[in-house]
Amino acid sequence: MAQCPECAADITLESNAMVGEIIYCPDCNAELEILNVEQPEVGLAPQVEEDWGE
Amino acid sequence: MRLAIVTSRIRVEEKLLIEALRKRSIDFEIIDDGALLLDLARPDERLRAFDAVFCRSVSQSRGLAVAHVLESWGIPVFNSAAVTTTCNDKLLTTLALLRAGVPTPRTMLAFEAETALQGIETIGYPVVLKPVTGSWGRLLARVNDRDAAEAVLEHQETLGGYQHHIRYMQEHVAKPQRDIRAFVVGERTICAIYRNSEHWVTNTARGAVTTNCPVTPELDALCMQAAQAVGGGILAVDLFEDQERGLLVNEINATMEFRNSIVPTGVNIPDEIIDYIFARVRGEVLR
Repeated sequence: MAQCPECAADITLESNAMVGEIIYCPDCNAELEILNVEQPEVGLAPQVEEDWGE
Repeated sequence: MRLAIVTSRIRVEEKLLIEALRKRSIDFEIIDDGALLLDLARPDERLRAFDAVFCRSVSQSRGLAVAHVLESWGIPVFNSAAVTTTCNDKLLTTLALLRAGVPTPRTMLAFEAETALQGIETIGYPVVLKPVTGSWGRLLARVNDRDAAEAVLEHQETLGGYQHHIRYMQEHVAKPQRDIRAFVVGERTICAIYRNSEHWVTNTARGAVTTNCPVTPELDALCMQAAQAVGGGILAVDLFEDQERGLLVNEINATMEFRNSIVPTGVNIPDEIIDYIFARVRGEVLR
């Protein structure tokens, strides 16, 4: 189980979770990036950059 | 076929594309653009082993850089670097549309604030100011009068980087609380949506609600013309409905998002994309 770096909530990753995927903390709604799925770990997602988009 | 997908982060779209690849048992690998180290004169054999690379970086500048390098190493890239270069830049897109005779909103370009103000007043209020690069409706400004124009131009001058000093000024099209996004994959407009919003910015990233837009022969023909104008490929064409002139092509996106468009259209967009890449690669390998 991963832990939200913002509010320390426990976060269970979905079975099809992937590294680099963005999820939201169910408690504080922080935007999180999955860093590891084998040993579940999440970090705060990077802020949107000026060149991000379609 | 072995396909590499270059990403910056895994969005819903990437997961849907992966699902489409798995359904077809196509061998693929996800490559994080942040982990790439490319020795330009020494093509990476691991990357050259792929039949094609699908660039899905959320960072437009990273995606474009990767496309240029991989193409120079002889690896087919979707979309091509040339197409992505044009679509990533609103100025280049507008010029490509004009060259091809595709109807598009009137647009002027200037560099100095004073000259830009002349351009704005030549077009007539309201005018839309946009950065030439950027997406998701960021930093769009609808300028309704001279006071607002002067303020935005000064903010661009003082707060913006050099790209914000390229003043791209476009007539405001009085669209009916919606615009159209059409998805072109190769030689077909596979589906289209209306992006409905009370706000004048109708990007789904800004909260617009999507509904199905029937692909009429007229819409298909115009979208194909627009897609060919920028080089063709896997593209999202954004259009305005003008009461007098009909459809106007606003811009074209080379790394489209489609999560909100599958349900209203009933079209499996990721399947269509993967089928197109597969067909293209198979054709290129056979040549």
